[in-house]
Amino acid sequence: MIRLELQRLAKAFGAAQALSDVSLSASPGAVHAVLGENGAGKSTLMKILSGAEQPDAGELRLDGAAFRPTNPEVARRAGVAIVYQEPLFCADLTVRENILLGREPTRRGLLDRRASAQIAERALALLGQASSFDLSTPLRQLSPADRQLVSIARALSNATCRVLILDEPTSALTAADTQRLFGIVRRLAADGVTVLYISHFLEEVEQIASQYTVLRDGRSVATGLVAQTTRSELVSLMAGRTVTELFPRSARARGDVALEIRELSGKRSPTRASLTLHRGEVVGIAGLVGSGRTELLRAIYGLDARRSGAVLIDGQSVAAAPVALSRRKVGLLSEDRKGEGLAESLSIAENISLSGVASLGPYGLALPSHRRSAAARWIEKLNIRCRGPEQRARALSGGNQQKVALARLLEQDVDVLLLDEPTRGIDVGSRADIYRLIDELAARGKAVLMVSSYLPELVGICDRIAVMVRGRLGPARPARELSEHALLLEASG
Amino acid sequence: MSLALMNWLKKPWVGPLVALLGVYALFSALTPDTFLRTLNLVTMLRQTVVVAIAAIGAALIIIHGGIDLSVGSSVALTTVVVAKCLQAGMGPIPALVAALALGALAGLVNGALVVGLRITPFIATLGTMSALRGIAKGLADEQKIDAPAAGLDAWMAVIPGERLVPYGVWLALAAGVVGAVLLGYTRLGRHAVAVGSNELTARLCGVPVTRVRLTIYALGGLLAGLAGVLEFSTLTVGDPTDSVGLELETIAAVVIGGGSLAGGQGSVAGTLIGALLLTVIKAGCTHLGMPNWIQEILTGGIIVIAMTLDRLRQAARD
Repeated sequence: MIRLELQRLAKAFGAAQALSDVSLSASPGAVHAVLGENGAGKSTLMKILSGAEQPDAGELRLDGAAFRPTNPEVARRAGVAIVYQEPLFCADLTVRENILLGREPTRRGLLDRRASAQIAERALALLGQASSFDLSTPLRQLSPADRQLVSIARALSNATCRVLILDEPTSALTAADTQRLFGIVRRLAADGVTVLYISHFLEEVEQIASQYTVLRDGRSVATGLVAQTTRSELVSLMAGRTVTELFPRSARARGDVALEIRELSGKRSPTRASLTLHRGEVVGIAGLVGSGRTELLRAIYGLDARRSGAVLIDGQSVAAAPVALSRRKVGLLSEDRKGEGLAESLSIAENISLSGVASLGPYGLALPSHRRSAAARWIEKLNIRCRGPEQRARALSGGNQQKVALARLLEQDVDVLLLDEPTRGIDVGSRADIYRLIDELAARGKAVLMVSSYLPELVGICDRIAVMVRGRLGPARPARELSEHALLLEASG
Repeated sequence: MSLALMNWLKKPWVGPLVALLGVYALFSALTPDTFLRTLNLVTMLRQTVVVAIAAIGAALIIIHGGIDLSVGSSVALTTVVVAKCLQAGMGPIPALVAALALGALAGLVNGALVVGLRITPFIATLGTMSALRGIAKGLADEQKIDAPAAGLDAWMAVIPGERLVPYGVWLALAAGVVGAVLLGYTRLGRHAVAVGSNELTARLCGVPVTRVRLTIYALGGLLAGLAGVLEFSTLTVGDPTDSVGLELETIAAVVIGGGSLAGGQGSVAGTLIGALLLTVIKAGCTHLGMPNWIQEILTGGIIVIAMTLDRLRQAARD
């Protein structure tokens, strides 16, 4: 008997084909791992299953019947529940309120506290955690692991949960909490729930999953039994192909040290990280989501507090403040394009001139005409598709937004670029433009430190690569000595 | 339509200006014999001066993502301080300087509460609103303070046949020009818009967010001080119970003028137009002999309509 069956699913967002051919089948009580690199299509697949997106083509079947959830509520009623990597909850509401948010039982128009307590308790009992929570504790007061359990309880509080999707559930958990979570997953599977388990951590997959399906470039390329497949085979299936022509490599002359970090520690991550970055060099940082790569860049740039260690620009130490680093010609491209990288409500011209209001006109006035002509230059140079410098950043596609964010650093004429996931979620054309730009910058003697989850681009564009595992930064080694396979193995270790 | 005209029509203050002219035309048509008189026009401008100057400060603060509820109290306190200074025999210029310094200091305190203690602007300035009002009442012994006007009254005076437009109106206009240039064409101004639009982005871009916030609050306070001096010029007494609710009028002026309480949007020109619109509605209703409560309902309606139109305009822009 088959609980969940997907046949040839396809989904495109604009020009980007997120899924092109995905098939999968899972039986009741199975823990089925969905594997793939970032950008392979896992999250799109989850969104389709949970009703947040509709497929362009293909078929879904749930216990043999056609299943086409048009929104998350429909999926939830059908018994398909999802727990996202970063669980959504209201920190000020209590455990009970969070579990029942949006479908609180009422009696004569008033909240039925007793019924809701029963539902919440039943859901927690399914997890075997009935007694470990006080239902009236605000979620704010719980640990990340407990919050996650609450969001799983929320997923289970439906009439009957048939399929539970866990998206990278352990990225915020400690080893002990991970084991507790595994116990719960096994218990649910024993009760007949089908669990789709999405993870990069292959050792976890080996512990918890019986079957696997590997996604690559929006296709399901392999499926099988975990017990009959080695970790190395899985990595090969995930990494797959090579794309060399995408990555130009001009002659780069390695110059003086531009940025040096010594024993840098942040609040949670990094832990005593050291690294040197030369002019005319691109250094990559590989690692899994949650390994602390972003925190490393933020600690360097002074956005997150430093606990100890030093950051030196051209041999002189700098205070941990974005203002200070910005003055020393260091720029950071945020991974959170919408939330931080851009002021979405401002125009392209305003965004590009944000750091370098330095390019002031007569009497120190910031003239709109200066802004516009600077923006027009970058629009042409970076091939930004837009209606003009006055268009708002909000209206642009992801790739073009990213180019605007990069143009800001270029307009500021920074010498050291800290790029956090510079190509996340953007189309192949824009990717190629950005790779070309990074290469050109390095050839011109700029220093680039880039974080990426997409291994082919790290191997393709970097001179040296360091791997980060749970807050610890390894040594930077020449990229030509490294393969995607080796990096993935090291990062999942 | 030519491109230049199209671009001009996209300016955020065009909508409020059309509304202002429309409302003005309406009242002129309803009471042509009194409303159209030059003296009425001048009176309306004169009545707008204090709100307008305070609203320029409010515009800077709201655009940079804050809010200031303490404006009314600050104005009242300033009238008291000016009166006290004059009473003590100080000249008008030292009294003016003292008032401006006090206003800026009050603004700086607001900024320090927001930046240093991380109190949300609404609550921080709610606190100073009460505190400043209390200080004003204490200083004045809960009474109006009579003082020699020492020439300050001339600033708001209309002298028929000689000086039709009081200095105060020109002063408000000048403050508007300075505010608009500051906001649109200086580093501080662009940084303020950036902070209001997305503080995280601004921080990332190396904008000194703390300094920007402190400066903007201090400037807002300075303008409140100036408004207070002109309020004294109008009243010619120091009144600790004056200008209750002025903060709401300034916020309304900013919002009618295209400002958003979420920050990042708004203009000084729009704010001045918004302040004028509020006055025209009040004056028009008075001319029509309408009771106060109708004026209030109308004002409320105008604010809601202005917001709706602004949302539509923005949707069209995107």
